[in-house]
Amino acid sequence: MAEPGLWLQNAGHSFDGSAWQFQALDLQLRRGEILAILGPNGRGKSTLLRCMAGLLGLSTGTVRATGHIGFVPQDFARSFPYSTLDIVLMGRARHISLFGTPGSRDEKIALDALGTVGMRAVAGKSFDDLSGGQRQLVLIARALAGENEILLLDEPASALDLHNQDKVLSLVHRLSCEGLAVAFTTHQPNHALAIADQVLLMPELGLALVGGADAVMTEANLQTLYGLPVRTLRFEEGGEPRAAVVPLYRGRARPDAGQR
Amino acid sequence: MLAGMAALLLVCAIASLGIGRIDIPFWRVVEVLCSAVVPSPTITPLEWNVVVTVRLPRVLLALLSGGGLALAGAALQGVFRNPLVGPQVVGVSSGAAFGGTLAILLSLPRFGLLSFAFFFGLLALVLVYGLNSFVSRRNLLALVLAGVVVHGFFGALVSLVQYLADTEDKLPAMVFWLLGSLATASWSKVALVCGPVLVGGGLLLALRWRINLLSMGDEDARALGIDVERMRWFVLALVAAIVSAQVAVSGIIGWIGLVVPHTARMLVGPDHRTMMPASFLLGGFFLIVVDDVARTVSGTEIPLGILTALIGTPVFAFLLRRSQRMGGRHG
Repeated sequence: MAEPGLWLQNAGHSFDGSAWQFQALDLQLRRGEILAILGPNGRGKSTLLRCMAGLLGLSTGTVRATGHIGFVPQDFARSFPYSTLDIVLMGRARHISLFGTPGSRDEKIALDALGTVGMRAVAGKSFDDLSGGQRQLVLIARALAGENEILLLDEPASALDLHNQDKVLSLVHRLSCEGLAVAFTTHQPNHALAIADQVLLMPELGLALVGGADAVMTEANLQTLYGLPVRTLRFEEGGEPRAAVVPLYRGRARPDAGQR
Repeated sequence: MLAGMAALLLVCAIASLGIGRIDIPFWRVVEVLCSAVVPSPTITPLEWNVVVTVRLPRVLLALLSGGGLALAGAALQGVFRNPLVGPQVVGVSSGAAFGGTLAILLSLPRFGLLSFAFFFGLLALVLVYGLNSFVSRRNLLALVLAGVVVHGFFGALVSLVQYLADTEDKLPAMVFWLLGSLATASWSKVALVCGPVLVGGGLLLALRWRINLLSMGDEDARALGIDVERMRWFVLALVAAIVSAQVAVSGIIGWIGLVVPHTARMLVGPDHRTMMPASFLLGGFFLIVVDDVARTVSGTEIPLGILTALIGTPVFAFLLRRSQRMGGRHG
């Protein structure tokens, strides 16, 4: 069994002490494992991820981690047009003394991290000039440059086109194979199916279901989660069993044709 | 680039030692300065007096004041993640102005003036910061308005102190001090300002990469492992120390802390590792040149605050237009 990376015990969070976003949540994320967190907007996916990262305090319970956590935001409100390399170098902050600045070793690590995500060529470009997909990869590189053992990604593939979604998901999978513990939030059930070992569903306030994709991502659960009927298609592709979640959008249906 | 700026600053400083009612050629100034180490019989006492006793403290004061203000402005812009803030915008200058006028009213010695300027400068900064996070943390408009509010408040207090002041003696002292001038430069003033500027500035420069991290925003900086609140308070205290020391010795000199960091960013890029030292060098250079103009252009000295505002405002308007044209990016 791989060594554990991050635990939540009896974890709960509520901003006002009454409406719980999650409650009594137990979770174990091991090295080499990927956890996908699924939930509709406003259900507390990001809150949970921030609690795991230690950016928000839990209202109840504990979070423990062995190793450093790299938090990868979806994006951030940018202030100054730093170069891509400067952004990645910031990931080295934990390893650089208070009055220090990054040295050549830090620069090498940052460039290597950019190489790992295939973005070395844009090191000298302004981060602001990159596309959304490139920015996401660079932010992952920044977390890698910090030599973290645990990666927490906030909607890493949500704002990207299909090609870039694939790129980010493959990268995340590769990193977990290299021994990182990874958790990410997503709106896309198919992203969870593609790479996750564990899935956490937040179907209603205060409730979280954790388990393997097959056990948790049932059509009924997903329907409750998104308030919309879904079908899971199972098929073979190149001899491998695959699955895809298809939402049954009501787009063209007449308003009176079906009940909610 | 930085070496070039430093060389420019040095040449400008030496040339400025020769400019004035008694003109001394550049190389002659160098000889006078060298005679401090290797005594030279050809240097007249007059030349020594003019260069070392009269002009050198003034040029050093301009260098430290201008460099300090620009460095403080660069740090503030990084911490507030905003290229439009400066010591004036966030209230430090007006707080320090109130502290200074109060000290003059109470006939405090120079060190008392410095402490009062520091205390009220920091207080104003804290008020602006508190007001901003009370209203809306991420909002630039809220920050600027908080600055306007605090600026207005301390402005009223300055007026009150002036109203209470003795019109024969203290009021003119306050008015001239507030307008900003290096005319009363002396070695004791240099000694007073050099501690806060060199120590505070040195610490700010040492933190320059951390300021890159702070400029990423609270959550991101925290995720990168920075103790955001403590770091920000430390930087703000250093800024208050530098600005109030400058205000204590040379009065209110506006716009440098806003325009110079902007210009530095245009020249060397946004990375505070190079942009902050560049701001210090450019700020020192700029104020030395402005002071040369202030003391030579007419028979009487022009207050520095007036000149820096006359130059700073159109330059800033130009920079603003330019940065808007570049797709809203700063730079």
